[in-house]
Amino acid sequence: MFSRAYKFVVTAPPLIWVSIFLLLPYFLMLCYSFWAVSPSQTIVHSWNIDNYKELLTKGVYWETLLRSMWIAVRVTLFSLSLGYPMAYFLSFYAGRKKEILYQLVIIPLWVSYLVRAYAWKTILGSDGVLNTLLQYVHLTSHPLDFLLYSPFAVVLTLTHIYTPFTFLPVYAALEHVPRNLIEASHDLGASPAQTFWKIVFPLSLPGVVAGATFAFVLSLGDFLAPLLLGGPSGIMISNIVVSLFGAAYNWPLGAAISLGMLAIVISLLFFSERLEKKWSFS
Amino acid sequence: MNPSSATTTEAATPESAITKPTLLRIRNVAKSFGRNLVLRDISLNVAEGEFLTILGESGSGKTTLLRIVAGFESATSGELWMGKERLDSQSPYRRRVNTVFQNYALFPHLTVEENVAYGLRVAKRPPQEIQQRVAEALDKVKMTAHATKKPSKISGGQQQRVALARALVNRPELLLLDEPLSALDANLRRQMQVELKSLQREVGIAFLFVTHDQEEAMVMSDRIALLRSGELEQVATPRRIYSHPATAYVAQFIGYTNLLKGDVRDGIVRCGTLSWPTSLPNGPALFSLRPENIRIGGVDSPPSEVRVRGHLLQRAFHGATELIRVECSNGLVLTARTQSADSKTSELELAFSPEQAIPVRESPERS
Amino acid sequence: MELLMSDQAKGSRSNWLLAHVLVVFAFLYLPIAILILYSFNGEGVGGFPPHNLTFGWYRTLFSDSPIWDSVLNSLEVAFAAMGISLAFGIPAALALDRAQFPGKAVFRRLVLLPLILPGVITGLSLLMLFDLAAVRLSLVTIMLGHGTALISVATTEVFAGLQKLDRAQEEASLDLGANYWQTFWRVTVPNLRLPIIGAALLIFTLSMDEIAVSFFLIGRDNTLPLEIWGRLRRGITPEINAVSTIIFLFSLVAIVLWYRLRVKAEGSAEVGSELIESAA
Repeated sequence: MFSRAYKFVVTAPPLIWVSIFLLLPYFLMLCYSFWAVSPSQTIVHSWNIDNYKELLTKGVYWETLLRSMWIAVRVTLFSLSLGYPMAYFLSFYAGRKKEILYQLVIIPLWVSYLVRAYAWKTILGSDGVLNTLLQYVHLTSHPLDFLLYSPFAVVLTLTHIYTPFTFLPVYAALEHVPRNLIEASHDLGASPAQTFWKIVFPLSLPGVVAGATFAFVLSLGDFLAPLLLGGPSGIMISNIVVSLFGAAYNWPLGAAISLGMLAIVISLLFFSERLEKKWSFS
Repeated sequence: MNPSSATTTEAATPESAITKPTLLRIRNVAKSFGRNLVLRDISLNVAEGEFLTILGESGSGKTTLLRIVAGFESATSGELWMGKERLDSQSPYRRRVNTVFQNYALFPHLTVEENVAYGLRVAKRPPQEIQQRVAEALDKVKMTAHATKKPSKISGGQQQRVALARALVNRPELLLLDEPLSALDANLRRQMQVELKSLQREVGIAFLFVTHDQEEAMVMSDRIALLRSGELEQVATPRRIYSHPATAYVAQFIGYTNLLKGDVRDGIVRCGTLSWPTSLPNGPALFSLRPENIRIGGVDSPPSEVRVRGHLLQRAFHGATELIRVECSNGLVLTARTQSADSKTSELELAFSPEQAIPVRESPERS
Repeated sequence: MELLMSDQAKGSRSNWLLAHVLVVFAFLYLPIAILILYSFNGEGVGGFPPHNLTFGWYRTLFSDSPIWDSVLNSLEVAFAAMGISLAFGIPAALALDRAQFPGKAVFRRLVLLPLILPGVITGLSLLMLFDLAAVRLSLVTIMLGHGTALISVATTEVFAGLQKLDRAQEEASLDLGANYWQTFWRVTVPNLRLPIIGAALLIFTLSMDEIAVSFFLIGRDNTLPLEIWGRLRRGITPEINAVSTIIFLFSLVAIVLWYRLRVKAEGSAEVGSELIESAA
């Protein structure tokens, strides 16, 4: 039905744009990662693999990467623990209030990230709302300083950000579970708890994988929350990259780390896509 | 309308007085959804091992009734008894009742085997027993070769068998079937009707079968319960319901019929220009006359038969027989069934014997 | 449909779940509520309880011209980003729906990648492009960055809309003599009105809040988030609370509008999840 000219006109412009502004930059990042920076703070286009050697041998990069992953794992687990029961409630118990509750969940999702991270910063500080509240009601006698400028603060803030993100695909998956399967399960003698674990949960897994992937990847590469709330003990891999493009001027090294992150993300995406396919049964 | 002693049910009418113990007692069940009264005062007994069909149009409440028995809806009033226990206070997962759903509701993430084994696994039966019973069930429905496939990889008819096996393997006391054949095409449907009937005989479990297809009901059932707008019109064996419909609705719903309106005075009923003796009381009367009971010809008809002349309006070819519509001299239009013949005559004489005009009740309009 | 179970069991299960839901809602909304509350606090950002409630910080905000400059900049960028994303995202959706070409699978993933890729990587890679091409950093580079990254949003929303589109309508148009260009504007686009507006709204909102990509591509002129960010480095004042509150209110309006549009287009409540599912 669509002529070749139509298909060409429709395909060519985005293809060209995306090649220039998405594909080419990644390729250039690859090139940069093999270059070096001269003492006079200019980028020298001499091809070498020193950057990669640096990454693989210096402990600080591995430590930071592992810490970032550990933070991302915790954020993912907590967001899922918060988001899944909520999705379950909305899908199976909320009845007519479903729509309103759904809107209430997605509103924070799109409200400025910066605003929310900032809010936590003001709450968790030693003069912040939480500390003064706790002292006011005499639960503590001095400020708790692990609340801010720590991995705890980063995990808390990122969980806050990503809980609605895990909610969405889980909710969609739960809505798609045919209700007659639940009746059939009851009919065959399974209690509601058994029905959940044997039927509902397995069928919701693709949603869980999608939400978990999203939360994990974005937490891993986050630089804003650690910068605002992480302190020295909460530095994550993106912060290193950012500083390499800023004060610690070393673009090639930064490019190398970015490329590493890109590789990790892409392999995670492939892995999660295969998982989702494997577990989707419609 | 519905004979029911406390412990036995007449599975047949005076023709054969076989009585079997009653399994399920539905007593005065009513159901409303908000303002909508879907079932009004239903009382019905299901005998052990019987194949009882609830027949009705869409909106008659038949599926609702089934779901109440299964436990997915609760009756607004009334009781359900299975043996000595009240059924309606039990949750669906405790009842000794299993359901074959209209769209089969097979679990897509489990194989055929695992689907069938589900109820047994949930009941924590020993693995050996599960394996044996599942194999037996699959064999009964001839799905052994597909045991390790997922539902998406088998056809609709095969899914239906798996659904059947999944329900039967639990040896329920009662099997509920919610229009299980409606998604199949005509030929497969007829084949499955036969298989289902023989399967039921084999396992000896009572089947409560819901359908809107009256032919299907006639072919498969020991008894039919015809439901209209939430009330039972008649409960009887297929033969009885066909030969002696209780109401005009039943007469018209099942098979073809002619409805004759008449007036009774002093032992004679007059219907237009026709008349014949009757023992009905004075007043208006309604009769159902099946097309096959009207003879064409008339030269050598006995004097007790009612005769009428008419001319041919239309003939419909039905394979072995034909249905012909005849406009009679008094304006009455009758449908008669004859052997297919290529006769060209348009002027016909029809005759029927008065015993074949079965008196039926009016069926009032119901919301 | 409510799962039929004994009233007792159902009651306790749903009570626990309800409690959980309320706790999560508190977790999600309390920080914002506190933020808004303290924007009226005369004594600053911390401390408890707040007293000396005042509009003073809002007054300071209104006379703060760098902030307003940055707002204007952000608006310019957002509109430009909308333009770029839609201009390339709509054809991309059409291409994915209707054309076969070598590398289509790669193209699809490439377009959707910025949705899930940490902004750092997207921003950095573009920075390197502009650096090598000797392009000076400015609002324009940010526009290009946002526009490119948000093509994914336009494509996803429009693609979803295309699935709902009745192909026969376009065929009818062609049959009646309209050419492809005319059919596109007279039939295809009007049918995609709701998804396009929804996408535009979303792109606008996301662009206004965008930090990661902007961080690397910024020239002399700040966008609003970066302006706020700069102030945060220097010290916290409740003026930031005030501007955050205003941002929150605008986001609220935008998102509710978007939701309403989507429900009108889709008719269902599972709105928004396709973005995550297509990314992950």
